[in-house]
Amino acid sequence: MGLFNSIKSIFSKNKNQLTNEEQLIVEKAEKYKKGMEKTRSSMMGKLKALFESYDRVNDDLFNELEEIFIMADIGVNTVLELMDEIKSDVRIRNVANMKEFQSIIIDKIFSIYVKDEIVDTNLNLNENGLTVILFVGVNGVGKTTSIGKIAYKLQNEGKKVMLAAGDTFRAGAIDQLKIWADRVGCPCVTKAPGSDPASVMYEAIQLAKAQNIDVLLCDTAGRLQTKVNLMKELEKVHRVISREVPGAPHETLLVIDATTGQNGMNQARAFTEATNVTGIVLTKLDGTAKGGIVLAIRNELGIPIKFVTMGEKITDLEYFDIEQYIYGLFSDMFV
Amino acid sequence: MAFDSLSDRLQQALRKVTGRGTLTETDIETMMREVRLSLLEADVNYKVVKDFTNEVKAKALGERVLKSITPGQQVVKIVFEELKRVMGDEAEGLRFKPQGTTIFMLVGLNGTGKTTHAGKLALYCRRKYNKNPLLVAADVYRPAAIDQLVTIGKQLSIPTFEMGTNYTPEEIVKKAIDYAKENKHDLVIIDTAGRFHVNEELMAELRRLKEIAQPDEILLTVDAMTGQDAVNVSQSFHEQLNVTGVILTKLDGDTRGGAALSIRRVTGVPIKFMGLGEKLDQLEVFHPERMASRILGMGDVLTLLEKAQDAINEEEAELMAKKFKNATFDYNDFLKQIKQIRRLGSIKGLLSLIPGLGSQLKNIEIDENQFNHIVAIINSMTEEERHNPDIINASRKQRIARGSGRDISEVNRLTKQFEEMRQMRRKMMNMSPKEMERMMNNLNRPGGQPSTPVSYSKGKGKNKGRRAPWF
Repeated sequence: MGLFNSIKSIFSKNKNQLTNEEQLIVEKAEKYKKGMEKTRSSMMGKLKALFESYDRVNDDLFNELEEIFIMADIGVNTVLELMDEIKSDVRIRNVANMKEFQSIIIDKIFSIYVKDEIVDTNLNLNENGLTVILFVGVNGVGKTTSIGKIAYKLQNEGKKVMLAAGDTFRAGAIDQLKIWADRVGCPCVTKAPGSDPASVMYEAIQLAKAQNIDVLLCDTAGRLQTKVNLMKELEKVHRVISREVPGAPHETLLVIDATTGQNGMNQARAFTEATNVTGIVLTKLDGTAKGGIVLAIRNELGIPIKFVTMGEKITDLEYFDIEQYIYGLFSDMFV
Repeated sequence: MAFDSLSDRLQQALRKVTGRGTLTETDIETMMREVRLSLLEADVNYKVVKDFTNEVKAKALGERVLKSITPGQQVVKIVFEELKRVMGDEAEGLRFKPQGTTIFMLVGLNGTGKTTHAGKLALYCRRKYNKNPLLVAADVYRPAAIDQLVTIGKQLSIPTFEMGTNYTPEEIVKKAIDYAKENKHDLVIIDTAGRFHVNEELMAELRRLKEIAQPDEILLTVDAMTGQDAVNVSQSFHEQLNVTGVILTKLDGDTRGGAALSIRRVTGVPIKFMGLGEKLDQLEVFHPERMASRILGMGDVLTLLEKAQDAINEEEAELMAKKFKNATFDYNDFLKQIKQIRRLGSIKGLLSLIPGLGSQLKNIEIDENQFNHIVAIINSMTEEERHNPDIINASRKQRIARGSGRDISEVNRLTKQFEEMRQMRRKMMNMSPKEMERMMNNLNRPGGQPSTPVSYSKGKGKNKGRRAPWF
């Protein structure tokens, strides 16, 4: 019950009683809360109504809870697992009161994500030399936009950033990345449409080394994970990067759209096989979709979420934080 | 194929039931649970799944599935019919103005493929309806969206109307329609910016664009990989804009595409097209019928089932089963069975309809004449011999061989195998389920030779020794 109480204690404190650290948590949480308002209102609306209509824990309540989880795209397997754990906890602790039940739910989601590990959302940056981050994903999930936002964030953190326009296939993709580079105010390496993306990476790495760049962000063309040739192309891009910079890419981030359903699992599997994915960027969390598939991906494949985006502005990107995420989903319950 | 995974799951669920005797109501319950889980894994909306499985169950209980001797197949058929019904029974075409400029507007969430499908649709209408389309770049928000549409237009040699990003979409659309009329474009396809259905400002903009353009079609692009939210999105767009059709995109991946079922069920808006790749000609008309078959992955099996239903009278089949049990099965019955099978078409054709078998059959040659030979041999028996196989002795065999024009060894083989088959069937009919299982395991063991007649290959030419199952 640790998490529930610790968050609750922070949020129930008076603002000026908070330590600096706690203040930061609150600020960040408020941002999540705002961005996920749509998500939360639809999910919380349901949860609240659910708890109001029951005065004790019974099978109907479990069934409705299961429905809510499924509707959040968490995925059948993970939901069944989650439900089993919640049920056994309720039985063991002989839970009758609804407040206690709510905290069990939240703690179970939390532990499914954390899995008794310290989950590090910080990027693995190369302290002495160039860091290369490769972005992969299916079409239309928001890779290019995410790169723009992450570049902006890293630059604000004092890093020298460069972009590499590795999507040489989709019409307009190179221009799109160039526009983001202009907004951020960082260089962008491009080649003609149709060029070999691996060659773009090669050139970008040489330039980045020469210009003492800290972080190189590499865009790639969206591709469905079933396209064998395109996945091979991605393997080649990955290979070239690791050949040119030892230990690179330091992060390979899979971008997943929050509206994605169970196919997200197939995406995570296939892209990991091709490029050893180290983290996820969950995009478009400002709609009504809950992006629950990332919980399933974490649960089944162990890949953590690094960033979430929830808006079209350059600042609409946050480091992922599971406590905040759950808070965003359930914050009405803390009131 | 896009829906393979769903079909795998359903087939697995149904396999537990097919090939078994009669069903209990609990069996149907178990099966419905599998159907329900597989649909949920396919991203069909939770509520749609609930209704769907209830309907299937009610039908399954109603349609004498319990009493049927092929209950699993009955249920497959019901599931298929229901899938088809939910997704709409017929493919729906595009609406064009009889005269003047037809206007299509593409709307949808970010990244679902509006711009690409504007191009695909333009190409499709030019090819299929001989239209002279104009693309309109009304996405002034996403960086380089206009460039993308212009590039696509160039690839297709279709003009793109754009005014950069300094005008409002309303101004652009107004000007574009005037331009189209002046330049004799009979089709205008407007690409709008991607937006969330909950973004009130941008949704209001779409309503204004609709007012200005008076489009003949408002097409919502939906990513086939969309999860449970597909229902919210399509419902919301539909409520605000009265969407006339859906384009389901990215169906060339391995998504199970349950969104297709949900959207149609919840909004009633027909799915008109499916996007099957990044190339601009990869657009196909959506056929609910075909899609339902694909969902099950057993469209061909259904053809087979229908054929079987036409050809095999259930009463007859039951009578046959009884005869086996009482060991009164004779050559006349055998002849009847062969004729029933023959009514279904060529054996190779039939076998190739079974999922998973098709590719393995490529190299096997099946001598369809074998059936004719068997029929000829039986026809050369007297009525008494057919009815009473035991009386066929060596001299009778010689007469039969002469009468049918076949070699005596063939007659011998037939009588021997007929006898084995009779014994086998009788044994099976009287077996306990456990014994049956043991026997099936023996048959499946590598090297285990079934004693039923499976070796009717004549063993000549390159197929020597390869045995084709003929029953």
